[in-house]
Amino acid sequence: MTTVLTAGLSLKPQYYEAAAACRADGLWFEVHPENYMVAGGPRLAWLEKIREQHGVSLHGVALSLAADTEPDVSHLARLASLAQRVQPTLMSEHLAWSTWRGAYHPDLLPFPRTDAALLRIADNISRTQDALQRRIAIENPSHYLRMDGHDWNEIDFLTELVRRTGCGLLLDVNNVYVSANNLGFSAADYVDAFPAEAVMEIHLAGHTPDPKLGATLLVDTHDAPVAPEVWALYERLIRRIGTRPTLIERDDNLPEFATLFTERLHAERVLRTPLACAA
Amino acid sequence: MSATTPVVAVNSDLARFQDAFARTLLDSSAPPDAHIANLVSQPAFAVYRNTVMKGCIDAVQANFPAVTRLVGEEWMRAAAADYVRTAPPTDPALLHYGASFADFLAHFEPAAEFPYLPGVARLDRCWIEAHTATDENAIDPAVLAALAPERLANAILRPHAAARWAWFPGAPIYNIWSGNRGDAAFDSQPVWKADGVLITRPRNVVTWIELDAAGYAFMDACAAGLTVADAADAALATHGEVDFARMMSALMTAGAFGAIRHTAA
Repeated sequence: MTTVLTAGLSLKPQYYEAAAACRADGLWFEVHPENYMVAGGPRLAWLEKIREQHGVSLHGVALSLAADTEPDVSHLARLASLAQRVQPTLMSEHLAWSTWRGAYHPDLLPFPRTDAALLRIADNISRTQDALQRRIAIENPSHYLRMDGHDWNEIDFLTELVRRTGCGLLLDVNNVYVSANNLGFSAADYVDAFPAEAVMEIHLAGHTPDPKLGATLLVDTHDAPVAPEVWALYERLIRRIGTRPTLIERDDNLPEFATLFTERLHAERVLRTPLACAA
Repeated sequence: MSATTPVVAVNSDLARFQDAFARTLLDSSAPPDAHIANLVSQPAFAVYRNTVMKGCIDAVQANFPAVTRLVGEEWMRAAAADYVRTAPPTDPALLHYGASFADFLAHFEPAAEFPYLPGVARLDRCWIEAHTATDENAIDPAVLAALAPERLANAILRPHAAARWAWFPGAPIYNIWSGNRGDAAFDSQPVWKADGVLITRPRNVVTWIELDAAGYAFMDACAAGLTVADAADAALATHGEVDFARMMSALMTAGAFGAIRHTAA
């Protein structure tokens, strides 16, 4: 198996056979661990088969690290058990909440970045890393709402989490683009200011204009090819920070594996430019 | 999901924010709490509402494909939306969502004209349970074939970890269900009689066979820990006439059992 990960792809059941058969230098695959929290069966068997050939990343969506409570103990145990079984190359989660008082809301929900939230989230990341016995990467979320009450800007908040917990970061460039568009800040400035040394992984994905509000509100739908503006931000980032494992993230409106693979080749070209390698 | 109830700092600002936000996500009719009113009033708040609702409805639709095929996507998604409001997911592993969907349909007034739907939903659910059950090799039929009759009679057969079985005395639920899984061409006029099914996963693929009342009673008896002889008596009691050799052969070929234990008796 390749040890240096370059560009990877979201793994969906439709892609199992193609993924298991695919041979490409640096190729890796990412799944949502929640879809593999089962006692047995073909899903786990496929994941293990693909793991024999490729690096695998477990990208969680449900630890609810920003909820004002500790991570659910049984959920964390299931995650640890899956990690034990799959031996993932990377593990990540979001700066967001989703489970609250026993109900699971399948989304990545926002919160005011206060001092109290920082304490809680740092504690939750540490608990998670202790349970998993490894460093995880925390992803910047997509924003839709203008919210008051932040004590911290997002980059400082993430940097402080890194300092306090030793976690890494996952920079989702599409999320930056979507959030900058929706809230009115400079995506390039954000990408330029992101702490390079903490970045363990990069996400690229497609977005869609809101059906009612149009381009004033972009929605992080993961159902379309990566937009040209996002590619441009990505190239800008890679020139500055160098090569990082980069995911073409696709969760809906799934194309043929070969189509997704051409997007991967785009990322590969960026990652393998001399400037990227020298950075 | 969790057996543990997390301790929440109920009086914190963040907890109050999350209480208010979560309440407003699924119930758009309730007036939002004052301190998040400036969020809920933004058109973008709908993105969260829509994403959460879509995620839940997608899961119900994905987990109940035969029900969806029977009622059509539009009806199904409307029913799922009602279900989500009464029983939002508690487990982030959404493959397990919908444990109470069959019961919901049984009391869902618009479903009254489809009395077979709750049973079909039960079987969709059984399929998921079989699909995700612990891996286990089914007993090789040759092992049983090699046993002396009295040794078999005193043995206890444990149903396979993936095995689920059901009996429907009032309607051909199994035939309706199996005709609406995958690409099967459904016979819209099934013979209206009782039927039953054994769904299991002897290896990597979920499979099923039709079960009669005797087969159903036999599986129940085995699951209760009865010996093969006692389970056969239980099957006879429901049916009167049982071709025991044929029933055993069908169950063994289907991979219905995961282990055999011999008793001294």
